Amino acid sequence: MAESLLDVQGLKVDIPLATGTLHAVRGIDFAVDKGETLCIVGESGCGKSLTSLALMNLLPRTAKRSADRLQFDGIDLLTYSEHGYSRLRGSRMAMIFQEPMTSLNPAYTIGDQLTEALLTHQPGSRRKARDRAIYLLERVGITGAANRLSQYPHQLSGGLRQRVMIAMSLMCGPDLIIADEPTTALDVTIQAQILHLLAELQRELGMALILITHDLGIVARIAHRVAVMYAGQVVETGTTEEVFNAPQHPYTLGLMDCIPVPGKTERGARLGSIPGVVPSLIGDLSGCAFRGRCPFATSQCDDAPRLRDISRDRACRCHFRPEERRVTAELVPGP
Amino acid sequence: MLLYTLRRLLLAVLVAFTVSIISFGLLRLSGDLAAAIAGPEATEAQIEAIRVDFGLDQPLVMQYVDWLLGALRFDFGNSFYFRDSVVSLVADRLPVTLTLGALAIMFALIVSIPLGVLAAVKQNTWIDRSALTIAVSGQAMPSFWFALILILVFAVNLRWLPVSGSGTWAHFILPAVALGYYATPAIMRLTRTGMLDVLASDYIRTARAKGVRPGKVLFKHALRNAVIPVVALAVVQFGFILSGSIVIETIFSLQGLGLLMWESIGRRDFPVVQAVLLLIAMMYVALAFIADLLNAWLDPRIRVA
Repeated sequence: MAESLLDVQGLKVDIPLATGTLHAVRGIDFAVDKGETLCIVGESGCGKSLTSLALMNLLPRTAKRSADRLQFDGIDLLTYSEHGYSRLRGSRMAMIFQEPMTSLNPAYTIGDQLTEALLTHQPGSRRKARDRAIYLLERVGITGAANRLSQYPHQLSGGLRQRVMIAMSLMCGPDLIIADEPTTALDVTIQAQILHLLAELQRELGMALILITHDLGIVARIAHRVAVMYAGQVVETGTTEEVFNAPQHPYTLGLMDCIPVPGKTERGARLGSIPGVVPSLIGDLSGCAFRGRCPFATSQCDDAPRLRDISRDRACRCHFRPEERRVTAELVPGP
Repeated sequence: MLLYTLRRLLLAVLVAFTVSIISFGLLRLSGDLAAAIAGPEATEAQIEAIRVDFGLDQPLVMQYVDWLLGALRFDFGNSFYFRDSVVSLVADRLPVTLTLGALAIMFALIVSIPLGVLAAVKQNTWIDRSALTIAVSGQAMPSFWFALILILVFAVNLRWLPVSGSGTWAHFILPAVALGYYATPAIMRLTRTGMLDVLASDYIRTARAKGVRPGKVLFKHALRNAVIPVVALAVVQFGFILSGSIVIETIFSLQGLGLLMWESIGRRDFPVVQAVLLLIAMMYVALAFIADLLNAWLDPRIRVA
């Protein structure tokens, strides 16, 4: 297999707090190939967003990043200076954020902010940059694109602003786009549109996409591979098909239970939920991070499980195979 | 933008009108003007003659209307002391005060904005703390005292600059620094707070994610937003500086409006006092109006509203 576009091994993000160090990301491994879509799923507070910011080196000032290996297209990002990073960001790896309402600069027009993305990396004619901005605004489904350029962010709705952010991320034709829950702040009706747009653009332009999301429905449709995160660790990875058809980790099983599947879930049946909350990430965790919420937990789970390879592309962080598990605690039914 | 400008303009005119009533009324309330003009040795008959002469026997409203109509035609009567028209007196002194004010606000901006940006970027380091110390001591020190210290150090001991007068540009340096320093702390602190807010905002992260260089992120994306409230403050501070020049001009014997005002109060030269008071108040109103327009021009969200 050719070298991956992005290769991450042992990525950690630590945030020193008054009460101790918050180990938000606890050594995660994943790889993304050229043109591939990787979805990172997991509930709030499990380190998904910090992972994406760590890749872009955009972490908050207090957060510390470390890794055993962090390579982008053969470039060692760990030794990269801020200056080097700024040449990479926007041109070869771009990012779309969770909050379209606050992610655009209120003092400059859409056109100014869009063209800046291109002119920063390819100094040249403003006219060309403007044409590219208009082309991409049309491409992301904004009507009257030429007139939008002179508008300010506050004149656009949240959905439009997120489309502008997507267009902005495409200005230089990047190899990798990282989208951190790009639809969380939007209306439900817009959410699907934006995600489909992203998936379509990814296919057409052949870029790699890391999509961080809660929406397992969209994951099933657009992801090539899935990484399930829990408490700052990857607990399961695999191709979308494998993970959805045969989830290995109890947490993944729990997540699957939380979504209704047309044709499979019976009408009126209760949807599942995972009892309890994510454990505090301050200080070290002992044993399996999920054992407090796991219906199959045994005394063996007091030892931390390793991420065990199941096949070439598939790994799971649990001592047991699905067939070895026995229910030891009653799952609390959903409300 | 046009509607906004018209609304602000209407408000400014209303404020100016109110100010004119107050500046007129204050002097009338300060005692019997005719007696003051006539002096302590005047007889009852002389005072009465002056009262009729200056129209002070008319009802207060008529006096005000008379004065206002004059003021609208830039006719403030003649100075009692100089036997010269008030307007030409003021026109003589105004450039000195404006030069002093402009130099002072320039000094304040040149010192406080970079210091505020630096303090925000180096938040919680010794740089931040020393900038804060400078700001706090600036707010705590009375400007006349600071002016005297400046004179002592730079004029008396070092002999680099003249003590007082308004002959050359060198005469303006110490007064401008003394006056400007007064405005520095507020501007610096607002710049620092604004920059801290803006630097933590999502759109700064977006700019960095686009690959914009750190310096450009700081000055194009951050400062542009942080500076919006600072501009309004600076313009208002300029108004304070103009009124504060009364003290500073007196200390440095700069022949500006402030000194004229100060001397005219002593000479009971009321037409001059009234005119200068109105002029400074009008400049203040005009500056507040300009601050509003600048704010709208800098912040697109206000511009449309």
